[in-house]
Amino acid sequence: MDKLRRLYLKSAGAAGVLLAAAGAGLLKPGEVFAAAWNKLAFSSNNVNDAMKNANYGGAVESKDIILKVPDIAENGAIVPVEATSNIPGTTSMAFFVEKNQYPLVADFELPSGTEPYISTRIKMSQTSNVRVAVRAGGKTYMQSKEVKVTIGGCGG
Amino acid sequence: MAEEMKMRATLQGDVTDVKVLMNHVMETGLRKDPKTEKFIPAHFIDHVVATLNGKTVLDAQWGIAVAKNPFINFRIKGAKAGDKIAISAADNLGTQYSGETIVAAK
Repeated sequence: MDKLRRLYLKSAGAAGVLLAAAGAGLLKPGEVFAAAWNKLAFSSNNVNDAMKNANYGGAVESKDIILKVPDIAENGAIVPVEATSNIPGTTSMAFFVEKNQYPLVADFELPSGTEPYISTRIKMSQTSNVRVAVRAGGKTYMQSKEVKVTIGGCGG
Repeated sequence: MAEEMKMRATLQGDVTDVKVLMNHVMETGLRKDPKTEKFIPAHFIDHVVATLNGKTVLDAQWGIAVAKNPFINFRIKGAKAGDKIAISAADNLGTQYSGETIVAAK
């Protein structure tokens, strides 16, 4: 955890972000959140930059990650995604939508004792690959799958 | 106070299945108000931490693309019926949200 935190802090501008966040009252004394919000990764416009900035750079595709997404989503505002990692020692899991303006959707740290499983609902601006990346034993892995988004939600 | 979160934690064998539904607009900042033509400011939950009897079991950072009224489902080991699971969340405007539930045997 400490190593990760350091990585966040080392990310360009992270110190400034931290100060700005403190100034805006985002970080209160005794705040429980382990790391400052990774603004660099969440504001990256390219999926590979977003992955790198979220410390999932160089992730190799792995069949041991099971990503469940719908083939077609009529409403891009609510797309269910579910991922399970069967890679031993999985400590974090993040979701990306390649064609969203900001591809990084969410990054979950999973302390030991928490199953490498997350199910949530995300927004997609258009048809795109959804990627899930995991970190396990200091290495990174990924899996992706396309979701067709029906613009306008007419069901056509 | 409006209900911020609905939570359920159910023991299934040695794994506790936790479902959380939060009440939040999750405004992206990329939408324009059709009347004023101005962007509606971003307003979204960006941090979520879950604890089991005070120990962190999930620590998440979110961006704007988590769907409105966020739902998360995660699973933890080592919880017993009667244990307390709590969620702390905060949004980009600094508002804090919290919820808790007791692990129920199935």
